[in-house]
Amino acid sequence: MKARTRVTLFGSGAAGTAALFTAGALGLPAFGGALHPYADRAVRQAAAQGTPNAVASVTFDQRAFDTLGEELILLSAAVAAVVLLRAVRQEEQDAGGSHRHGPAEVPDALRTIGYLLLPVTLAAGVYIVAHGHQSPGGGFQGGVVLGTAIHLLYLAGDYPALRRLRPIPLFETAEAVAAAAFVVLALAAAGWAATGRVPALNGAVGTEVGCALVLLLGKFFEQALLVRETGPAARPGARAAGDPREPP
Amino acid sequence: MTTLTAVTSYAPALDGRAMDALSGPLADALICLALALAALMATAVVLTRGTVRQAIVLSGYGLVLGLLFLILQAPDVAMSQIGVGTVLLPLIVVLALHATRRHRDTGHRDTGHRGAEKETRR
Amino acid sequence: MSVLPYLTAGWIMLVGVYGIVTSRDLIHAVVCLSVTQSGTYVLLLAIGYRSGATAPVFSDRPPPPAGGPVTDPVVQAMALTDIVVGATVTALLLALAVQVARRRGTLDPGALRSLES
Repeated sequence: MKARTRVTLFGSGAAGTAALFTAGALGLPAFGGALHPYADRAVRQAAAQGTPNAVASVTFDQRAFDTLGEELILLSAAVAAVVLLRAVRQEEQDAGGSHRHGPAEVPDALRTIGYLLLPVTLAAGVYIVAHGHQSPGGGFQGGVVLGTAIHLLYLAGDYPALRRLRPIPLFETAEAVAAAAFVVLALAAAGWAATGRVPALNGAVGTEVGCALVLLLGKFFEQALLVRETGPAARPGARAAGDPREPP
Repeated sequence: MTTLTAVTSYAPALDGRAMDALSGPLADALICLALALAALMATAVVLTRGTVRQAIVLSGYGLVLGLLFLILQAPDVAMSQIGVGTVLLPLIVVLALHATRRHRDTGHRDTGHRGAEKETRR
Repeated sequence: MSVLPYLTAGWIMLVGVYGIVTSRDLIHAVVCLSVTQSGTYVLLLAIGYRSGATAPVFSDRPPPPAGGPVTDPVVQAMALTDIVVGATVTALLLALAVQVARRRGTLDPGALRSLES
């Protein structure tokens, strides 16, 4: 299909969608209105269960099975991405790519800030996970903070330290264990007090999200750095084993 | 549950003055501004054709969305969005671009330039 | 004002789809897809908003009706989980794009004639 045909087709489709969407939006309750039947019930239930953060209550208590499904989507997406990137890596090593991760030259200010921020960020991530049932936060947000925090080491130019701090098999195991723990907790939750259940589920989700992100970012980092090492670098050794497909 | 009952005692402190700051024309103007910024940034992300530049604009879009969610009184979602939208997504996009930069020899000058720049810096 | 946020969400979705349709680069298309997805968050949160309300957290104040109105926690929970899960799915799509670049040597969807390798 030619680009012009495609855009024309999209234009007609978008016009129809826009018309229908506008008609639908005009039929919705007005923005900011007072009528929220689901919200009223969910808030009442959260207060009755003793979970001060109503969002955490909905996520891990009232709609926990929905979250279970999301968890498994997250797990399978992370596993699939890791498998895809691993296959590529094998291929690249067969082609003779050298794998060298020396400490990079970064400004001292950046290095210092990276090292200083690392413990603070990790502590903030743990706090967000652990306190998620009482204040805004929870396993998903804290997991994101934890998963990205250790990559401050890369910003600080210390890739070897990042690799030491990030043993991939350990994170793979931890992710699988956290996912299993979430499933078990969610299935066993029926006879358990909500005040104890929500923090436990938060912890499981936080571990799983954090491990998944560390794994994903680790694989992407490996990809990116591997290609750079085989690229037309300023190092004479790399140039000798150059790839014929290199751009000039 | 103890905290819930304990705080009931100072409920009168939350009277009309605190509520007025959350509604009224000023709050509406703030929401409108944040919505307009979000729509503008979304358009900017889509229309930025250089892929590395797009990752940077995407980071800004994530921040604007996070602010919008904060203004819409959803701090949980804003926290999630700021973590994912400003840090994680642009980082993964840049890493993927770096991993595939050998294969984009047509047109995208900025990616090649950036790769070269990084090469000399290291 | 009463429908403006909904229309903004619709605009973000449509502009994202426009980006996917006109994209000449798979990674650009994936980013546009994540923009499309973010339109749904705006729509969900706009539906859940209530004028004069605060966030649905009761650690420092009593729940309604004593503590004033709060925004809808149900839609917030949906958007919250979806943002994180959506980021992982985006990472999966980017991994696929990396694989396509390796196998086929291009990222231009127009140059990918067939799916055989």
